[in-house]
Amino acid sequence: MDRGKFVERVLFLLALSSISSLVIITIFIFEEGLPLIFHTGLKDFIFSSHWAPTKGHFGIAAMIISSILVTLGAMVLGVPLGLACAIVLAEFCSERLRGLLKPTLELLAGIPSVVYGFLGVIWLVPLIRNYLGGPGLSLLAAAVILGIMILPTVISISIDALTAVPDVYRDGSIALGATQWQTVHRVVLPAASSGIITAVILGMGRAVGETMAVIMVAGNALKIPTSILDPVRTLTSNIALELGYAAGRHREALFATGIVLFVIIMILNLSATLLARRK
Amino acid sequence: MSRRLHPRVTQAIAKTLLWAFTGLTLLILLFIIVNISIKGLPQVTSSFLLQDPQDMGRHGGIFSTIVSTAYITLLAIILASPLGVGTAIYLTEYTREGWATRIIRFGAECLAGVPSIILGLFGFVLFVLKLGFGWSILSGGLTLAIMVLPIIIRTSEEAIKAVPQEYRQVCCSLGMSQWQTITRIVLPSALPGITTGIMLSVGRSLGETAVLLFTAGSALRMPTSLFDSGRTMAVHFYILAREGISMPNAYGTAAILMVSILLINLAAYTLMQRMMRRFS
Repeated sequence: MDRGKFVERVLFLLALSSISSLVIITIFIFEEGLPLIFHTGLKDFIFSSHWAPTKGHFGIAAMIISSILVTLGAMVLGVPLGLACAIVLAEFCSERLRGLLKPTLELLAGIPSVVYGFLGVIWLVPLIRNYLGGPGLSLLAAAVILGIMILPTVISISIDALTAVPDVYRDGSIALGATQWQTVHRVVLPAASSGIITAVILGMGRAVGETMAVIMVAGNALKIPTSILDPVRTLTSNIALELGYAAGRHREALFATGIVLFVIIMILNLSATLLARRK
Repeated sequence: MSRRLHPRVTQAIAKTLLWAFTGLTLLILLFIIVNISIKGLPQVTSSFLLQDPQDMGRHGGIFSTIVSTAYITLLAIILASPLGVGTAIYLTEYTREGWATRIIRFGAECLAGVPSIILGLFGFVLFVLKLGFGWSILSGGLTLAIMVLPIIIRTSEEAIKAVPQEYRQVCCSLGMSQWQTITRIVLPSALPGITTGIMLSVGRSLGETAVLLFTAGSALRMPTSLFDSGRTMAVHFYILAREGISMPNAYGTAAILMVSILLINLAAYTLMQRMMRRFS
């Protein structure tokens, strides 16, 4: 075989590493978790909120609801803030200032999640406890921290979407007498909408999957929350809290929790990818 | 019916709000960095860095956790770099867009979206249990390698694509083989960008906790082999903070972690910008 062909084959094998890792991860998570779902029944597993691993009750409804609520809360805070930053950076500021602000805001992505969780415990949780009541460790605290954590994702993808809108759109609108804000609001934002929705979906994926910060501020109580001040346990925190000592069926149940999480994340990522491709 | 505001007024309101939101975001960032630095950096002395933790981290420094972090990160980078750079070369130099590239890109994108707790579960069942590596530097490094692979692929691909096409055409006209072109011209030109990817991966590895808690474990001893458990700085910080073992030491560890990650990311960003400017 000639050398060029050989190199190409080797590189092709290397290139398969990411997709094969993904396949292996999927196989192992499902292999470990599916037996429990078959044993308990998918319906009981997902729709019951009775989680008592030592007594053989494995229902994760409360955690699914908590994960969804915490994520929605994070979006309420993170999307307007992130989108505002993206609009300011892409439309309303000078080249020079953007060159300074963009890398600065990207620094947020580098701060480890444990640090977010820690500051949440030190600053945010006492604030909530003293001014709003409840234990402080709560759905609200988790949502606020996650809202901040998803900012870099929302900002950077929205900026890409906004800058991808051709300048002729803006020029045309300004020439018709629209103000800069009318142009952004009526022309640029609608044109960039699919990119912005992608940013929001990827932000959601990041919020659903986040673990360490949530464990530290959410309080981890095993019940369906009735107020935003109630402590909650998400899918991710359930896995992380119990994996250390779980065995047998209990461990399988944690992998089954992982399957549910994995499926949610994959649906979110796939829809983001499809949406980005349609553009 | 309410009167409509003049467009100029609406614009003024909208701009004020948007700038206020941006300012708030910057304030949050500033608050995080200043808070951790002010409380943490005074704890960082040479003895804090060079002494092993004593009494579960209540006293002493964090030396063994720095060593564990270095081993695990190094292992992850050594494993992921050839895979990531190889993938990038294949995607940019060897194929046209088609089903193969689509599958490879899809794999990298999805892998980037897999949350770290899922990677932790996976590393725990495959490396720790099935392959019998136990909670170890090896299990941690292998799992982290999978985590940073998409970062290296994406950045290297971007860097290799930025190398002007003329470079390749000149090589071709001089009779160089494709492989010679890649190793002698394309890769050296793209090196700053590839280094950026590797630095970003180091930054990501330093801050990772969920993956390592279940693959590398949390032993505080100095690791002496690949099969020893090792507690990284991020895991150490998590345990110190969560169990309230020592707030000063927690702040100190957080400060070192955060400052080093920010500096690494900043350097990586500058390197990439400089390379992109040279080629554009």
